[in-house]
Amino acid sequence: MNALLPGETFDESAKRMTASSDRPPAVEVLSAEKVFTNGTRGLAPIDLSIADGEFLTLIGPSGCGKSTLLKLIANLIEPSDGRLLWWRGGFAQVGEEGRRLAFVFQEPTLMPWARVDANVRLPLELADVAMAKAAPMVADAIERVGLSAFSRHFPQQLSGGMKMRVSIARALVTNPNLLLMDEPFGALDEFTRNKLDDDLVRLWWDRKLTTVFVTHSIYEAVFLSTRIIVMAANPGRIFRTMTIDQPQPRDGSFRDSPKFAAYCRELSTWLAEASLPIASGSVS
Amino acid sequence: MKPLLQSETFVRIAAPVGVGIVLFCLWEIGFRLAVVPVYLFPKPSDIFTSLMHNGPSLLRALLVTLRVTLQAFALAVVLGTLIAFVFVQSRAIEISLFPYAVLLQVTPVVAIAPLIIILVKNTQLSLTICATLVALFPIISNTTLGLRSVDPGLANYFRMNRASRLKTLIKLRIPGALPYFFGGLRISSGLALIGAVVAEFVAGTGGRSSGLAYEILDAGFTLDIPRMFAALFLITLTGVVLFGAMVALSKAALSSWHESEIRAET
Repeated sequence: MNALLPGETFDESAKRMTASSDRPPAVEVLSAEKVFTNGTRGLAPIDLSIADGEFLTLIGPSGCGKSTLLKLIANLIEPSDGRLLWWRGGFAQVGEEGRRLAFVFQEPTLMPWARVDANVRLPLELADVAMAKAAPMVADAIERVGLSAFSRHFPQQLSGGMKMRVSIARALVTNPNLLLMDEPFGALDEFTRNKLDDDLVRLWWDRKLTTVFVTHSIYEAVFLSTRIIVMAANPGRIFRTMTIDQPQPRDGSFRDSPKFAAYCRELSTWLAEASLPIASGSVS
Repeated sequence: MKPLLQSETFVRIAAPVGVGIVLFCLWEIGFRLAVVPVYLFPKPSDIFTSLMHNGPSLLRALLVTLRVTLQAFALAVVLGTLIAFVFVQSRAIEISLFPYAVLLQVTPVVAIAPLIIILVKNTQLSLTICATLVALFPIISNTTLGLRSVDPGLANYFRMNRASRLKTLIKLRIPGALPYFFGGLRISSGLALIGAVVAEFVAGTGGRSSGLAYEILDAGFTLDIPRMFAALFLITLTGVVLFGAMVALSKAALSSWHESEIRAET
């Protein structure tokens, strides 16, 4: 893949390789659908390609299958039909060579008996990574979420936002290429949520992480995403797609811009349409 | 340094001790005024005199009872925990065996103690077995419950990371079960003592024991009521010390993270 074309310098080759159109997509969902054992159609067949380095947000009314789609992408559940590809193949586990994915739940799901550093070390320990090798990785992940001063604290000594940061650090410690987040900041107050969103944008940008994010918040979706997928229910399907073509990495000033408000307004209208009993619009 | 009265630990110890002293004083004064004969109901001072007078034999009896209690307690903890680990391996095992654990719990120890004492020649051993049977159940049921009460989110996380059964047990189930286990310890420590004393009573009626229960029986035969009370006092004291030790142990193990041991901020 990295071979030089005739007459091409190494730099040009690198540029070509990093141009988004040339890179293989991070995730391809190939007409995957989900029918639950009780017969409910959770997801109609969905086709979706997630580009490498993209920040994709899934939003929609409850029951639209956004969490189901995220779990399919995370390989937490199997599609009833169709299939998924990660970087045109599979993904690697922690400790293996290759590209990895990490999942952040709605709840921090920390071990209350373990200190912050031990909690962050967990995925490495489960993959039998040696203590000595794990220590700098853990310290780095904790620093990235700004909790270095709290690495010897217990979860119960931390606020809700800080616990969520620990949860994110635990996901980052495995050095994932694809970060999947299921309404991670849903239980936090708006101020904390905005702060964590700011930090998430920076993390995503610095690490060139491909991120798939599920949220209920229109503002959060517009602020974070490069692309937003609006989903509709009965059965769960992609309703519309919105591209947020704004400079990166974004910061608080984007929230105050008129463009931000315009995006939010439009997204809000779409969501209202997606929530109608018989939603018009494309079923891809 | 805080003033003594504001220290919570001090108040926690001083308040009940104070109540005890007041009750003892009332008892002493009341019984002196009413002139209750010693052979009917002794005063605290009579009990104290008897405690001093019969010190060596009571102390020897205390050591016998204490040894049975501690052996039984240790055995119950080891066996109970092992059984709990077997129970959580599969629902089928638990469903088939749990009724027998319950059977163990509901059978009164006085009813099976004579059988065990007849079957097992060594008195010490037979007493330990009786006391273990009494102390076993809370450890089994609490530890099983603890090992089962895994935070579903965390369990999901472990599954996602393809954690082995052993790792899930060591890193998730065991730490999560600790608060339940310590709850079981508190109950079981008291039951081990009760079991030991009850078994001694049964054995004592056959004249084959020398523990505190035997002292009580013997004092009853000779109408030495103060000695009876002195032995009773020692049993109670042993129970309180055991319970206190378990509370301290649980505090030492859980104080850093578990809600039950974290002192609320005021």
